[in-house]
Amino acid sequence: MEGVQAVVANADNAKFFSAAIAIAAAAFGPGLGIGYLVSKGLESIGRNPEAHSKIQTSMILGIAFTEAIAIYALVVALMILFK
Amino acid sequence: MEISIVAEPLFSIAGFTVTNSLFMAIVVSFFGFIAVFLLIQPKKFTMVPKGAQNVIEAIFEGLLSFMEGITQNRRQATQFFPLVATIFLFVLFSNWSGLLPGAGTIGLHEMNGGKVMFIPIMRSPSADLNMTVALSLISVFSVQLFGILALGLRGYASKFFVAPWKAPYVVGTAVGLLELIGEGAKVLSFSFRLFGNVFAGEVLLTVMLSLVPYLVPLPFLVMELFVGVVQAGIFSLLTIVFLKMATAEHEAHEAHEAH
Repeated sequence: MEGVQAVVANADNAKFFSAAIAIAAAAFGPGLGIGYLVSKGLESIGRNPEAHSKIQTSMILGIAFTEAIAIYALVVALMILFK
Repeated sequence: MEISIVAEPLFSIAGFTVTNSLFMAIVVSFFGFIAVFLLIQPKKFTMVPKGAQNVIEAIFEGLLSFMEGITQNRRQATQFFPLVATIFLFVLFSNWSGLLPGAGTIGLHEMNGGKVMFIPIMRSPSADLNMTVALSLISVFSVQLFGILALGLRGYASKFFVAPWKAPYVVGTAVGLLELIGEGAKVLSFSFRLFGNVFAGEVLLTVMLSLVPYLVPLPFLVMELFVGVVQAGIFSLLTIVFLKMATAEHEAHEAHEAH
């Protein structure tokens, strides 16, 4: 515990740790989300190949929204790191 | 390895600071203008396209048919085309301008508060939050404008302000207000998405370049080219979708009654 405190007491280390934790925690949810989205999208393309372009457009749209959540955390992490 | 999240100031004209990303934005727009003047000469255009005209027509037709696929309406597609195509082309070339040789690596050493700072001359305009916020404000404001033009002020406002004593009662009012907040959140998500992707790409390239200077950054450069296209596509795609949503009639009631 003391070792952890000593590491975090250094301002630079605290910065690195908080940035790493921010992006690691935020990459988890959108990662699952995008995986689920694409799997469902491919499934429906397989079921109805004629609707390929329509499904793909809405899938990419959904991915963009999901990815935005991770990007928020990425921006926060970058701000912590390079401020 | 020096990375700055804000664009570095290059010089200032009468108190107006020109940052390196603003400089690049001007360069990109300048080349855009040149390209327009050189390539688009209606007098030289022929019925059967050849050469440059062929390429331009292919690009514009691709964009237009892509937009038509989303709006399902030729008239609307041509109405939105100038805005969306401009956004697409500008964002695309801004993203790519950060990948030019020398971007982020050629610069000046300047004294700043007793410290020597490295100031690159070229920086992608999309890697500056100011530019992406400005672009998303343009996009969101035009969405409101097109919505008002299509539905009238009353019709458009009725999307957000629902009287609590009508059909879905308080729920409708709350949903309307949430949608109003959502309009503001669009600016945030638009700007952060573009900025985050492009700036993260630049950081990634810088880190890779400092770890292994030869060959290893190459696949990442290719990936950044791809990310540039995808982000430009997403920015314009979302603009079209929001435009389409804003200009669509209020369907909730009709759907409700149909059931």
